[in-house]
Amino acid sequence: MDSSQLLGITTFTYLFSTLLYVAILVFKTARLGRIATGFTFIAWLIQTAGLILRWRESYQMGIGHAPLTNMYESVVFFAWVIVILYLLIEWKFKTKIIGAFAVPFAFLAMAYASFSTDISQTINPLVPALQSNWLIAHVVTCFVGYAAFAVAAALGIMYLVKKMMKNGEDSSARPTTLPPLATIDDIIHKTMVFGFIWLTAGIITGAVWANSAWGTYWSWDPKETWSLITWFLYAITLHARYTRGWSGTKIAVLSIFGFMAVIFTYYGVNFLLAGLHSYGSS
Amino acid sequence: MKKNNSIWTFFASVRLAIFTLSFLALSSIIGTIIPQGESSTFYVQKFGPKMAQFFQVLDIPDMYYSWWFVGLLGILSCNLIICSLDRFPAVLKIIRADNFSVPVNRLAKMRERKSWSMLTSDFNGPGLSDILKRNGWKPQSKKTDNGELFFSQKGAWSRTGVYIVHTSILIILAGGIIGHFLGFKGSVMIPETKSSSKIYSYDNSTPIDLGFEVRCDSFAIEYYDNGMPRDYRSSLTILENGKEVLQRDIEVNSPLTYKGITFYQSSYEGYQDFVVTIKNSVTDKSKNFVASFQKQKLWEEAGIRFGVINAEGMGKRIVRSKLWVKVGDAPAVIEWVEDGKEITAGSDNNYKISVKQMYATGLQVARDPGVWLVYIGCGLMLLGLFIAFFMSHKRIWLSIQRDDDKTSSLLLSGSANKNRTDFSRQFSLLAEQLSKKIGSTEL
Repeated sequence: MDSSQLLGITTFTYLFSTLLYVAILVFKTARLGRIATGFTFIAWLIQTAGLILRWRESYQMGIGHAPLTNMYESVVFFAWVIVILYLLIEWKFKTKIIGAFAVPFAFLAMAYASFSTDISQTINPLVPALQSNWLIAHVVTCFVGYAAFAVAAALGIMYLVKKMMKNGEDSSARPTTLPPLATIDDIIHKTMVFGFIWLTAGIITGAVWANSAWGTYWSWDPKETWSLITWFLYAITLHARYTRGWSGTKIAVLSIFGFMAVIFTYYGVNFLLAGLHSYGSS
Repeated sequence: MKKNNSIWTFFASVRLAIFTLSFLALSSIIGTIIPQGESSTFYVQKFGPKMAQFFQVLDIPDMYYSWWFVGLLGILSCNLIICSLDRFPAVLKIIRADNFSVPVNRLAKMRERKSWSMLTSDFNGPGLSDILKRNGWKPQSKKTDNGELFFSQKGAWSRTGVYIVHTSILIILAGGIIGHFLGFKGSVMIPETKSSSKIYSYDNSTPIDLGFEVRCDSFAIEYYDNGMPRDYRSSLTILENGKEVLQRDIEVNSPLTYKGITFYQSSYEGYQDFVVTIKNSVTDKSKNFVASFQKQKLWEEAGIRFGVINAEGMGKRIVRSKLWVKVGDAPAVIEWVEDGKEITAGSDNNYKISVKQMYATGLQVARDPGVWLVYIGCGLMLLGLFIAFFMSHKRIWLSIQRDDDKTSSLLLSGSANKNRTDFSRQFSLLAEQLSKKIGSTEL
């Protein structure tokens, strides 16, 4: 069994756990919740094994490095963080329905990584610019942030869906319906705050690394600039909430907008704009 | 006095902050779509003369350093300074507040509160405060007219978190400004065996004097089996007044710093010439020669004639070369030499000779006296964000009052400025323990 098989399986298991979470909503059976959680956790363990195996395989090839160095590996890691973050949120806030909105992001990421013809799955050696201890710190901090923003956007969608359904029984917190709007709003905010700190750390580690490799911590490269634009967007959202009392629909919409900026920073810049940060595009 | 000033209120407003941040975010997009720092003809060709002229007016080709973008950063800085100065005194007041002076009727209206009445006038103040201590609070107490008030708080200073973040942004900007005006960035190409005491500025290609010399002793590229580059390495020597003072190899992620100036491996250039290294294995003396293709060279001192008579390449890269070497009167040696290998020549085979393609190393050179300020700012920002988001100012009061000869009442109240759900849980736990304690003393 090799890593690509395991990671391929993960794609389908995330699809299946998405369906399980949706089934809780459709069939209104709370018992499905435990099955969905258990299944998702197992899927996550399979993916973890896949990542570790890929790491090992790179060492067997004599070019050992953490599996965080190109588009394929970063998308897989992105999905991995989304799922573990989601499971932590489920555990902390004792609500399972979020899975129906958050896990699909992990599935889509894995499906893209597995089936897209744009990206290569081969393990390549590290070019000199990537041979740095900052590599792991930079990629991990960025992608924990990105994943948190993905979950925040999933919650934002959930908030808007709930709002549109306008089911008057908002206060009900039964395990088979969407959580109350106030709860969703609270989790959106906390997830966003969490993502913001990690994004900040991601930009900082990137700057420190750039300075040790090129002698300049900030060069207004499109990738850097877009990460800053994303940072501004979330900074605006947090200020609007803290000082102008924005909440609910406005914040939910901003969480989706913010994630669009994240996706552009992550994906759009690599493929649409030229720049120094081209490692991720192959 | 200042606070009535309308300019002051304008600069202290969050509205301005949101506007400035939005404008910075939106305008930053322009520079990611329109290539930066190209020649003026580039913009004319790509966007037409009218558009190019418009770009020139707005400094679009260098927009992140344009008057209006820097102006926006200036407004943001003023906004940060003034809004912090505006709000900080009030925050300081809360941090230093005398929390014993809060009247009981206000305590009774706090978000978190629980009251009990006891059928005794002989209450046990210290016993109750022990419960607070056991829960990690450090209560102080004060006698009141008809009872006692305990107060404890945690993380009062966490209210400064947001101001630490604001300050950190200013520190980073200050570091950037210092680096911009007191530092320089440039580059230089140094052929192997040659040295340079000047580098060329990025902004306008003007030469900048280093004050010392840097020599490239050698440059080497290593490859992986699949042909991808594995390592670019330059051996550099720093020379002061012709004397060697420092020798080091640099790679892409490991630069060399000397007297505040850092040299980064950034590019290279291959030449048609070759570098031939001849080493006398008896005396250990060695010398580098630059040899042109099919031209004879002479090391007079040792009486060695040599030359590269043929070479084989893979793409632009030379993998082996054919050397012709004649030491003294001995018959000439003609041999193919792989890149990185050596051959021997001379009567006792006492000369080791290697040959490689000649390169120039491309160095990025920077002096940035502001970078430490930027790093300090970054550290403070992370610290500030952590404090601002994850720590809160929690306060609890426990008031014991004798109502009359037979009864007394107990009031526990508290507040937190953030993470209220967590605080609420802690508060309930505390209230539960107090309930139990009162239950036992009542009897």
